[in-house]
Parts: sequence; structure tokens; C-alpha cells
Amino acid sequence: MDLIFTIAVGLLFAASLYMILHRHLFKLIVGLMVFGLASNLYVFAIGRLTREQSAIIPGDADVAFEPFADPVPQALILTAIVIGFGLQAFAIVLVKRLYQVSDSEDIDELKNTDKIDSTEK
Amino acid sequence: MQLQDNLLLLLPMLVPFIGAVLCIFCWRAIVIQKIIALLTQIGLTGCSIWLLQHVVQQGIATIQIGGWPAPFGITIIADLFSCLLLTAGALAGLAVIIYSFYDLDKPRIRFGYYPVVMIMQMGIGGTLLTGDLFNLYVWFEILLICAFVLITIGGTKQQLEGALKYVTINLIASGLLLVGIGTIYGMVGSLNMAQIAVQAQNLPHMQGLFVVASMFFIVSVGIKAAVFPLFFWLPASYHTPPIAISAIIAGLLTKVGLYVLVRLFTLIFKVEPGFTTDVLLVMAGLTMVVGVLGAASQNDYRKVLSFSIVSQIGYMLMGLAIFTPLAIAGSVYFIMHNMLVKTNLFLVGGAVAQEQGSFNFRYLGGVYKKRPLLAIIFFISAMSLAGIPPFSGFWGKFMLAKAGFESGFYTIAGISLGAGVITIIYLTKIWNQVFLKDKSKDIPVNLLHKQPFKKMLQLPMLLLLTVILALGIFAEPFIHLTMQAAEELLHSEIYINAVLKEN
Repeated sequence: MDLIFTIAVGLLFAASLYMILHRHLFKLIVGLMVFGLASNLYVFAIGRLTREQSAIIPGDADVAFEPFADPVPQALILTAIVIGFGLQAFAIVLVKRLYQVSDSEDIDELKNTDKIDSTEK
Repeated sequence: MQLQDNLLLLLPMLVPFIGAVLCIFCWRAIVIQKIIALLTQIGLTGCSIWLLQHVVQQGIATIQIGGWPAPFGITIIADLFSCLLLTAGALAGLAVIIYSFYDLDKPRIRFGYYPVVMIMQMGIGGTLLTGDLFNLYVWFEILLICAFVLITIGGTKQQLEGALKYVTINLIASGLLLVGIGTIYGMVGSLNMAQIAVQAQNLPHMQGLFVVASMFFIVSVGIKAAVFPLFFWLPASYHTPPIAISAIIAGLLTKVGLYVLVRLFTLIFKVEPGFTTDVLLVMAGLTMVVGVLGAASQNDYRKVLSFSIVSQIGYMLMGLAIFTPLAIAGSVYFIMHNMLVKTNLFLVGGAVAQEQGSFNFRYLGGVYKKRPLLAIIFFISAMSLAGIPPFSGFWGKFMLAKAGFESGFYTIAGISLGAGVITIIYLTKIWNQVFLKDKSKDIPVNLLHKQPFKKMLQLPMLLLLTVILALGIFAEPFIHLTMQAAEELLHSEIYINAVLKEN
């Protein structure tokens, strides 16, 4: 299980980088989303995959019974998902506005700000 | 008394947060927003100085949020290093806020410039004061999303284009930061930085994995701090928004990234001779060289300064790579000095452009004759940046170069001195092109709609100039403070004890 999961996460990272490096604006967004998901899954995997039960302490005990899944990575991922959601929403709106303004979906054409004499004024 | 101390530590985050909330309540009343922003920023500066003074007198201050004891809850901790940067950042922010009253256009203010700047300040405060690795990530995201909004606000084509590059590379950096944090958690089982530092010493068989984790942090935080192979987003995006926005982003954000690098590499991953030192040294040297060469080749005031940010980051990284008390102190001093000087230089550029309608050297000129005060402000700030004694940059560079020569890093110290010479070249270029040379006669018509010069624009610059001069001429107490900060950073047991031994 661990091995399959690890390979899957690696594949997701590879796929997302391929998408980000693509010239199309839409694929950039998809790539960024997959990258966010891949890093979340990485945290999930590295926090050890445990199949037994969640770390809920029974009413008559002081600690949860082993083996239980570590709740901290889950909490981290939950936070990261929320943050990632906000950032991705922003990125989508940004790309849409950029497409409206520049009327091009080719990232290679977006090199004006790098040119030495690029300033509008 | 205890309650007051605890509250003091939270004020650098609470004050801007309350300011932002009040600003959002007064969404349509721009004048009230301006007043709130000014009061908030003065309050933030005040409590930063108060906190600094508290930490100088009583040592590291900590608070456990929610009363959970240290390794389990979230720790907020203020040591000298974070307090010094907090104070410098608050001063730079204050100057930018005052500047924005007289320069920033109404539509951008209507779209929430002030609340976003306040939240960004909260994010900076949180990043500087947190003692928890994941919490650090969250604060970093807060200030990052605010920077995204600030760069895109107004939505010109240039801004959106710059923002796309900025957003893409920073989302990747955030993902890698999360991966690095996950790796550390997987090895150590804790997120409290002090606890991780203790555990790191107990896990000698995992040194290899620690290097792997440290590389995740170097890459992710390196992107945010704009160090050598990872800086290309910075000169592509920082010059696109108006000056009131680029000044605050340029002055503060990369330095916060550098703070995180210094904090992590003094506390968790020790810089030991070997792989990490070499990586840091090469990155520092190339950052300096590529940054100054880029700056010298540009023809736009803001772009020269954007590249100059990159080259200055190299100096700060060099201090970390050399890793002696003097070098770290030099880095700390240099970060403080750079926050103030770089912000001030951006503000001068904004004032020049407001009157002349351009940032391009081709259309600028004659400012010295027309606005001598502005020229003097630029001159002193530029000399500070270049490191001419007795101004502030000199002391930073002196400490770094001396530390480099003392510990046998001759190459990097030589590169830093050479880069300093080229710094003077590009600053002279600005001085000649913008201030001394006569204004060119054939200027496009669209640049002639210039606004009248507002004398009040010089007020925030004079404020920053006073601080810069104080930092340079009365350097002794400041250098003393940075040496103390470096001692704290290098003896991480002080930090660890402050967090873990409290209860």
C-alpha cells in the first residue's frame, strides 16, 4: 500500500510539472491544482498510512488505543486544502482576467514584462 | 503583569488585524480608511518598538497559544532577530502608508488597498513571531495571498502578466514548503521548531534525510526570498504595480523569506562545512553577481531596483553561509538596513515619476535642479545602499566582508566587494540619468499629462531617511543589538530553553 501510494504521489508531481511547463494557460491552472493535491497527498503519505482506527479517545480511557492513524497530518492537510482552495480560486480568476486582457492563451507571448524597454510609460 | 506580557507578543498581529477589519467596515469611506490605516501603522510601529525594548531587557519572550504546553500547542516567540526585523518592517510600512495618501489612485484604494496591506502586515508579524513550522506556512500563505492581490489590484495588462509569473512560481514554492514540512514531521513527529531542533540532535542516523528536507526548504523559501537560480519572477513582476504597492512588497517580502531561511538554518539544520555550506555559498555568490549585472543593464528605475533587491539578497545569504557570529550579525543588520533603504529608493522613484510621468531613463532628467530635496534623499539612500561610510550599508558590508576574510572564505568576500563596486555603478547611472542630465526634448505626448508635485510625498522619505541615518551614524548600539541577536541565533539552546523549559 505504502509503495503504491508513494509512486502515485510521484506520478502526480511529474504530471503537474509537465502541465505547468506547458504553454497553454488552462493547462497551467490544471498543473497548479494537481501540484497542490500532490503535495497534500505527500504529507498524508509521509505521516505513515495506518489502516486501523482514528485517534478518538474512548470515554473511559486517557489515551487512544494503538494502533491509530496519526491525526496531525490529517489536520495539516485539512488546513492546506483550504489554503490551496483559496489560492487556486485566485489563480483561476487571474488567468481568466489575463486571457480577457491579452486575448491570448499562449504563455510564450507573455514576455513583455521581461523586456528591457517594456514599460508602458 | 503576565497578561500584559502575553498581550504584547500578540499585538504585532492583532493591531493590523483590527485595523483591517475596521477598514473593511468603512469600505466606501476612503478618508476614514486612510485615518484607520495611519493609526494602525503608528500603533504597529509603537508596539514593535515596545516589544523590541521588552526583549532587549528581559530576553526571549514566549507565549503558548490556548495554554497548551510547548511541544503540543502553537508557540509564539519573540527573540531579538524577529523583533529587529519587525520594527524595521513596521517603519517601512508606515512610510509607505503615508506615501500612498498622496500617490495611489482612488480606484485602487476603493478595491481595498488598505485592508490588504494591513492583513499583509499581520502575515509578516505572524511569520516573524511564530515558533511552529506549520503555523509559519500558514502565515506565509496569508502574506502571499495579500501580495497576489496587491500586485493585481487595478488589473492593467502589465500587472496581470507580472502577477501570473509571481503567482505560478509562488504556488509551486508553497507546495514545496508543505512537502518540506511534511518530511520534517515524518522524521521527527513534531512541528514545534524548538522540539524539532532537540530531536534533530538525537537522530544522527537520519542526517541524510535532514539534508533532503533542508533542500526542500532552500528551494521553497529560496523562491520566496529570490536567491540565484530561483529569482526570475521578481524582476518580471515587481515593477508592474504602482509604487505604493511595489515599495511595500519589495521592501518586506523577500526579507521575510530570508528570515525564514536564517531561522531554519540556525535552529534546525545546522550549517556545517560540507554540502549545505557549499550550496549556500554558491547561491549567495551567484545571486550577488547576477543581481548587480542585471541591475546595471536595465533602463527603468523600478527594474534597476528590482534587480538590486536580488543582489542584496545575496549579501544576506552570504552571512548565513559563513556562519560565524560576526557574519550572522552582518546579515541581520543588512536585512534591517535593506528593508528601509530599498523602500525609500522605491518611494523616491514614485515621486519622480509622479511629476515626470515615466520611470524610463530616456524620458527622465533634471530632477536635481527642480527638486533638490528629493535628490538629496535619493543620494543619501543610494550611498547607504552602495555602502559608503558612514551610512548604514557600509557597516553591514563591513561586518560581512570582515567575517568572510576572517574565516577564510576569500572568494565570496571578494565577490561581495566586487558586487559593491557595480552597485555604485548602477546607482551612479540612476543619478546621472534621472537627476543630473537635462530632460530630453522629444517626449511622447502621452507622458505630458503629469500630476503636480506634492511636497508631502517627501515626508515619509524624510522619516525613513532619519532612521537610515541613525542606523548608519549611530551604528554602535545597533551593531551591538545585532551581535546579541547573532549570539542568540548561534546558541540555539537559548531559543530551545525559552520554548520548552517554560512549564
